Amino acid sequence: MRRLVTDTLIIAERNLIRLPRAPELLIGFTVQPIMFVLLFRYVFGGAISTPGYTYVDFLIPGIIVQNTAFGGFATALGLNEDVRKGLIDRFRSLPMARAAVLGGRTLSDVVTNALSMTILLITGVIIGFSFHASFAHVVAGIALLLLFGYAFSWFLAFLGLLVSSPESVNSVGFIAVFPLTFISSAFVPVASMPEGLRQFAEVNPFTIVVDAIRHLWLGAPEPTNSWAAVAWSLAIVAVFAPLAVARYRRAAGQ
Amino acid sequence: MSDGPAIEVQGLVKRFGEVRALDGVDLIAEHGQMVGLLGPNGAGKTTLVRVLATLLKADAGTARVLGLDVERDAAAVRERIGLAGQYAAVDENLTGLENLTMVGRLYGFSRKRAKARGVELLERFDLVDAAGRPTKTYSGGMRRRLDLAAALVARPPVLFLDEPTTGLDPRSRLSLWEVLEALVAEGTTALLTTQYLDEADRLADTIAVIDHGRLIAEGTSDVLKDRLGGERLEIRLEPGGDPDVALRALTPMSDDPPSLEAGPIIKVNVRERTGAIVEAVHLLSEAGVGVDDLTLRRPTLDDVFLALTGHAAELPEDGDEQPEQERAA
Repeated sequence: MRRLVTDTLIIAERNLIRLPRAPELLIGFTVQPIMFVLLFRYVFGGAISTPGYTYVDFLIPGIIVQNTAFGGFATALGLNEDVRKGLIDRFRSLPMARAAVLGGRTLSDVVTNALSMTILLITGVIIGFSFHASFAHVVAGIALLLLFGYAFSWFLAFLGLLVSSPESVNSVGFIAVFPLTFISSAFVPVASMPEGLRQFAEVNPFTIVVDAIRHLWLGAPEPTNSWAAVAWSLAIVAVFAPLAVARYRRAAGQ
Repeated sequence: MSDGPAIEVQGLVKRFGEVRALDGVDLIAEHGQMVGLLGPNGAGKTTLVRVLATLLKADAGTARVLGLDVERDAAAVRERIGLAGQYAAVDENLTGLENLTMVGRLYGFSRKRAKARGVELLERFDLVDAAGRPTKTYSGGMRRRLDLAAALVARPPVLFLDEPTTGLDPRSRLSLWEVLEALVAEGTTALLTTQYLDEADRLADTIAVIDHGRLIAEGTSDVLKDRLGGERLEIRLEPGGDPDVALRALTPMSDDPPSLEAGPIIKVNVRERTGAIVEAVHLLSEAGVGVDDLTLRRPTLDDVFLALTGHAAELPEDGDEQPEQERAA
């Protein structure tokens, strides 16, 4: 067990060392979220009606949740590359904890997600976002976001091991992530959507997490089941962690 | 160390769908030996290394490293082996030193010890100047050296080298050879796969030839060459010389009938090296056939390979060739 923790941290460190050296990655984690915030706030914001909230207050929780979903792409792309380049062989021939390669990857996403979240919150505050909540609720919201982002990284870990190239990671990943994040309460009130989409949006875990964050940060009415967002996160880990591990074994055993 | 051989493989079978990548392989490497596994692409070399390095489970048979079963005692095996692959498996976003330090720590070294070992290896492999550069800036030869250094971090008694020089330029190859020779001189046991005959000839104590998942010959380079009947005399006749007369004249020299090739060149497998040239010249001048050129040579491993497999060893064109098995998509 100690081995698992140490090895996971070593692998997470390995994934993070590269960040400051790869400007294009840093741009992905910093400039891109800022761009999205500004586009939504100033291009779409005026046309979207969000009763009870200013659009910037409504938007920031939604865009941060969407952003945590994209954070996991680092895991998907990184694992895909490790398999293709034979680095997985190196790791598997070492007396290290088996689960550490996947665990370290998803863990490093938590760090990058925290980084993006900080940048998004700062940007948000500059353009008018403010918390309407106690400090404890703000912290609880941050914890939930990191948990959900971590869970979603396991889904993307599975995806990264499933497809053959980084290009497919991107195309399949976007096809999965865009509808999930846009057909949700992240950017527009669900009530404004047509029948069908609305029903999907209501059960979409992204809606559930976004609503939970709005409850925690903006004092929005408590969602029907306030623990549903946590339950969804745990369920995603419970389903996709074993799938990713199985896929990892297969990918490495060929 | 265990009493038995360092590497012991018995009846190993591995199937990929319909293909039997390994079809009942037996192989032994004694302690301190370098065994060369020679075969063309797709012969099963990489599969065998992957089974031995605990990356792949065999379908039948047993494989032991230092007496430990690669499947049942996989964790203990991993502590005692080093693997250098035909892919230079280093993280190209990390520097050379960071790569080695990471590997050391994954072996359970403290950060300080892992770093010290990394520095030591970088010195040995002449990579000190590049130690602080991300490895994506390294040349092919530098990456291979770093890959090999990563395999040596924990001073493993057994090394698996899967085509370590494929795709390298001649100078990088030579310098890697020197490193490998030094390792074996220090007592490391190594299994080296290669499709280069000269590489096996130079480095390996014994050579196993593999084709279609089966070992088709085993022995020292000399023993394998002797199987082709020892020395061979190649005689180019003077223009106008009658080949039939020459063939008849040379028949007493050999157990096999001499063969005729375009040129005209006559090839004779001789029984005895000593005096063969003099005898051939004498027999031919008595028969009245003039000799233009005459060489006595040992068979090369190329000849051995051709005789054993019925096809010539394929020379890889470059370093970007396909792996033997498709990786999982």
